[in-house]
Formats: sequence, structure tokens, C-alpha cells
Amino acid sequence: MYKYDTYDQEMVDTRVAEFRDQVERRLAGKLTEEQFRPLRLKNGLYQQLHAYMLRVAIPYGTLSSKQMRMLAEIARKYDRDYGHFTTRQNIQYNWIKLEDMPDLLADLASVEMHAIQTSGNCIRNISSDQFAGAAADEVADPRPYAELLRQWSSFHPEFSHLPRKFKIAVIASDEDRAAMRLHDIGIQIVKNDAGEIGARYYAGGGMGRTPMIAPLIRDFVPAEELVSYAEAIMRVYNRYGRRDNKYKARIKILVHEMGAEQFIEEVDAEFEHLQGQNIDAPAAELERIIGYFEDPAYETGLSDEIDRSDPDFAVWLDQNVHAHKQPGYAIATISLKPVGGIPGDASSAQMDVMADLMEQYSFDECRVTHAQNIVLPHIRKQDLYAVWQKLVDADLASPNLDLISDIIACPGLDYCSLANARSIPVAQKIAKRFADIDRQKELGELKLKISGCINACGHHHAGHIGILGVDRKGVENYQLLLGGSGAEDVSLAKITGPGFDEDGIVDAVEKVTDVYVAEREDGERFVDTYRRLGMEPFKEALYG
Amino acid sequence: MADVLSFRDDEPLEEPAVTLDAFLDQSNATAVRLEDGEDARQLLPYLDRLALIEIGFSTFGDGRGYSAARILREHGYTGELRAQGDVLVDQLDFLRRCGFDSFAPETPLDPADTEIALTRWKHVYQEAADDRHPIWSKRHG
Amino acid sequence: MKILTGNDLRTGDVVWWTGYDWSRHVSDAAEMGDNAPDVMAREVAKRVVNDCYLVDAERTENGILPVHIKEKVRATGPTVRPDLKIAPPDPAAGNWVI
Repeated sequence: MYKYDTYDQEMVDTRVAEFRDQVERRLAGKLTEEQFRPLRLKNGLYQQLHAYMLRVAIPYGTLSSKQMRMLAEIARKYDRDYGHFTTRQNIQYNWIKLEDMPDLLADLASVEMHAIQTSGNCIRNISSDQFAGAAADEVADPRPYAELLRQWSSFHPEFSHLPRKFKIAVIASDEDRAAMRLHDIGIQIVKNDAGEIGARYYAGGGMGRTPMIAPLIRDFVPAEELVSYAEAIMRVYNRYGRRDNKYKARIKILVHEMGAEQFIEEVDAEFEHLQGQNIDAPAAELERIIGYFEDPAYETGLSDEIDRSDPDFAVWLDQNVHAHKQPGYAIATISLKPVGGIPGDASSAQMDVMADLMEQYSFDECRVTHAQNIVLPHIRKQDLYAVWQKLVDADLASPNLDLISDIIACPGLDYCSLANARSIPVAQKIAKRFADIDRQKELGELKLKISGCINACGHHHAGHIGILGVDRKGVENYQLLLGGSGAEDVSLAKITGPGFDEDGIVDAVEKVTDVYVAEREDGERFVDTYRRLGMEPFKEALYG
Repeated sequence: MADVLSFRDDEPLEEPAVTLDAFLDQSNATAVRLEDGEDARQLLPYLDRLALIEIGFSTFGDGRGYSAARILREHGYTGELRAQGDVLVDQLDFLRRCGFDSFAPETPLDPADTEIALTRWKHVYQEAADDRHPIWSKRHG
Repeated sequence: MKILTGNDLRTGDVVWWTGYDWSRHVSDAAEMGDNAPDVMAREVAKRVVNDCYLVDAERTENGILPVHIKEKVRATGPTVRPDLKIAPPDPAAGNWVI
């Protein structure tokens, strides 16, 4: 994985010193709260429902064991012994003190980590495919391109006061594991007919209160112009994005209102102009970064045989383990969704266990997924059983990946000051209703996503089943949506009809899954049956 | 002009800046002011005879002036480029990088904090409108 | 009744105005009268809290509690982590509706 050189380290250290100074100026009264707020947000610090919340960046979701141990240490030292992994592959702490922040940031910087641009109206931490480097279907590892963009977007002088936040995802395979087209910019690294690597650019996607799927903006940008093309998009957005209404300020509204064709014209003109401005690093810089993402030293001649004699292990193996590009290896996903637990939460002790496993079995690396799970990317197949046993001991072995209890949920009203309704208790009740793993497997791949308000941090628009919590005349109420997807078959879910109370929504989920079981044809997932049949039979079951 | 913090060798221009509309209407003015969101590219034909372009920041969070400044510099404007309005210490380095070389903040800046803000960052990651070189250029000579 | 709440600037903790100081316990909150705007302006200016605002509250068996669920959760802690509750514990918290 990427290693900081002295420049990278100095940049992060400088930000720690700058933030220390900003906190001092705030406490001394030189900055008002209004002036300080964007400064702390650009360092990931929110005032949330109960306390300050800190979001720490995990660039493209990749962590070393040393970094994971530091995340555990931060939870112990500055927080309440746990953290929450998020849908943008970051981690959040819920109980941070402002006065502790400078020292906390210095601790993070000691392991090449930071909270830079994890919030605020700037280019946010860049997300990617959690199977990067291990997946058989990628044309290249997407992370070097994400790293190139990370450096370019860090403290960008022109784009640090954008109309609104800005999220970029980079993938490099046709299978989309990162909800790429639901980002402000989605990049797919591709190979053209001449065998050259480049970027396919999508722009203007997003969830929130006005969900949009990003249209294709340019089919192929050569790798050496990747950054200047991004710069062109950003400049058009910074100049023309709406600033009169924060709910219409995302780039998706600009692309929609301007029309994709006009937007492309503007971007192309800016791109052409920028070619003379020395924006792009030389190819040697990308090569330098790619060097950090070379394959680890895989052993060869390993057996692909796995002893399945322990039936509980076999269930986990079938559900949570994916094929690896290297013979003898597998990709294992640790579910952070135990039945009755809080989706995405991990205790410091669990983080330490994961760090141990990374170090011992996975070339010292893990990935955070946008579905709030953790991936051990390179496990020898012969080690899978030992890894699983350790996961069982740490309550990390839920065999429910991509099943109905593998729920994405935002923190909701239990933690978030924007929320209108609680998300976590709904997730817990659904997981308990479907606790029987055989029943879950019978339902197959079913992506259930819950948001506690219209801002859609829980990705409800992209759920095969989505749930949106709203405040209906002072009462928590939950709307049901069907048919969304954040994958390569991207689509936006539609609302079924009137909402339900907390228990009613659990019943409603069960009713729509019953319709699916009764109506499905061979090999159909829930979302396939929905797409074939449309909304009517589901509505009939819910309201008929 | 005591209230202008200048990083230029020449004296800040004292001529009052005219609005963009007024400038485009007439004019032989040598100083013009752009408000948030006014199109800097309209000035491109006249850059040679402009001595001062003032860009207004109605609130520090409105970042359109940064793009306006870079566009002007990228097209060869060498006169004074002044940021006026809600200009705060923590924006100064970004403004400098985008090509501003004088500041007329509504609220006076603390000189010590200003000095720190403008010297803190030894390295930068991107090419912009100043003479600083990105880290990648240092890495590769 | 109206009570005054904010977040401690240094720690971020939820705090309630007792009439002369800030408390972490909502049960200490004082009913606010006409002087609320003065108190709010003064306390923000003193940089004790980063912001403050009035909320509707009522006297219950467990003492003073905000009326709206969001402020109730704020006053007592996440309903899904009873171990992190501030006070006073409400065994029925999991069943609250707004």
C-alpha cells in the first residue's frame, strides 16, 4: 500500500499544527463559531447530537495493521472504546473533545493518517473498490489513480470553498462495488482499444434529497490527463454550481439544470484551456505511486482445497469469501453486522483482533467497504479456517454478507443532529426477524439500506429494499422503497406508498420478501423479480 | 492606502474600481471590480490596460472568486489582483495561491496570524497561479 | 416550559442552563423566562458553549425532559447504547416515539 514520503508526512504534520492553531484561536475568541465551523469541518469535526464527532479519512478504504491499531487506540484514549465504519469507507468517533483534537491528530499523523477534507464544502476523501488489487476482473488496481487524485485534491486552493461537498469514487472493473455512479464524479479506469489505460468519467450522480445517476461525461481520458480533466470539471462546478440554495448546490443539480451536453461543452472548453497550465504530474509520478500497489509476495503452488467439515465454517465460507486473482488465495469479508448489533460499529478490542489477522494472514492489509464491513484481501485458503475461528471468538463471524441482515444504516437519530428518525433500532429489528441464516440464504442477495432522513447517508435510494425514516407530525415514520441498486445495474428505488411505524416497517419488509419468494423465477434475486414484475404485486401485498 | 495589505512592489492603485457593467459599457477605466459570480472571462480582451482587478467576497464561503483569479492569471494578467470583503486569515494562503496579491479585508487581520498563515505551508500538492511548484515536481526534478 | 441547551465548546458535551451555570444533566435545567436572549448572547460570547437554543420541555416522573424525541435522545444518550446513557435511565427508551 501507499507509503508517505517526507513531503506527504510534512503536509499532514503541517495540518496538525495549523489545526492546533485554529483551535487555540477559537478558544481565545479570535474566531467566531461561524468562522471556525468550516475550518473544523474541513478536518472532519462535526458538532453532533451528543458531542463532537470526528470522521477520520481512510483513503480508498485501505488500512495497515498499524493504522487499525491506532484507530483502536484512539477509541480507547479519546473516545468510548468503539468506532463506526461508514459508507464512504471512513471511520467516525462519536464522543471526541475539541480540546483533545490537536493531540489526537498528531497520533493519527504518526501512522500516516488524518481527518483532512472528510467534511466541508471541498473534495472529500476518495473511495474505491474494496477488492482492488485482489479482484480478477479489474483492468488495473484503481487505488494509484485515487491516490494521485487524493494528493491533487488535498488543500486545493481553488476548490476549498465549493458550493457543496464533493465526492469522488474510482473503480477499475465492470462490476461496481463502490456505487461509483452515485458520486459527484465517478471514474472507471479502463483500457482502450490500443491497450492504453485511461479514465471513463461520469459526473453529476448522488443520493441525498434529489437522487441522480451520473451520466457519462467522457469515455476515455488518458491517464496522464486524469487530473486536469478533474480540474476542468471542478472549475465548471465551482463557477456555475448554485450557491443560492444549499439543497440545490450539488453538481448533480448543475448537470441536470444545464443539461449533460452543455455541461460537457463547458468542461471540454476548460479542459482544453488547462492543457497549457502544467496541471498534470509527469507519468513518472503515477509510476511511482503504482509501485506502492504492486502485488504482495504471494506464495505459489498453494492448494485450493478447503476443509469444509465444520458446517458453521462452511456457511461463512460460502457467504463471506470471494475468489482471488491469485491461485491458493481468497478474499474474506468480516461482517460488522451481527444480529442485534449496530451496523458498522466495532469495539477497540475487535479492531485489535482485525489488526492481528491482517498482520498474520493478509499481508498486513485490510479494506473498509461502503457496506460498512471489513475485507481481508489476501488470505491463503489453507488459513481460512484459522481466521474464521478467531473471528468467531471476537463476534466477527456473521455469515451474512450481501444477505438481508447485512444492512447499511446511517447513525440516525441516535447520534445525528440532522436525522428525523432512528435507523439502528429498525436495522436491529429486521435482522432479528430474519435471524435464521437458512432463511436469509434462501432469500439470497438482498441489499437493505436504511437512512434516518432525506440526506440518504444510509443509501436508501440504492437499496434493493430501502427504508427512509421521516418525521410525520412528530412521529417516527418509515417509508419503504424498492428496486434500487448501487452496483453496475445502478437504479434508484421507488417508494411503495404510505409509510409505516417501527414495527410496521419490519412487517412490510417481510411481506415484500414473501412476494419475492412466491413469484421468483429460477436464479432471480429480489431486485430482478421486482424489475420483472414492477411495483404492483408488492403494493398489493402491502396495502391491498 | 493603509487598509490594503499588498504583496506587490508597486503602490496599491488608489483609483476607485468601476463595476463590470460600467467597465464594459465605456470605458477607459484601469480598475474594475468583480462581484461574486461575475464572469472573469469578460475581462480577457482588456487585461493589458487594467492595473487593478478587485474581486469581492460577500462571504468567505463563496469560492467563485478563486476561480476568477486563476482564470485571469492563466490568461496573463499581471496587474494588481485584490481580494476585498469577507477575507479571513485562514483563506489567505489559498487566495495567494490563486493569484491574489493584495487584500482589503473588511475586518483587519491580525498581523502575527497573517504572517504565520502565509508561511506555514512549505509544500503544495498542485500547480496554481503562484510560483510555487507542486510536490510531484520536486519528486521528479 | 422552555429550557436552554447548548454544547460545551471545549468538550462538545450537551449542557443545560441551570439559571446560573451549565449542567450535563437535563434534570438541573431551569425554566427560562424573558431573559433567555440575554443569557444566550452572553454565554456564546463567553465561549462556554459553541451555540445555544431553547427547547420545549415538561416535568415527568424522571424529572424535566424535552418534549421532542430528538432533544430527548440528546438529553439522555443513544437509545441503542444503554451503557452510554447519561441520566436518568429510562427503561422504556427503546419504545419511545416522537
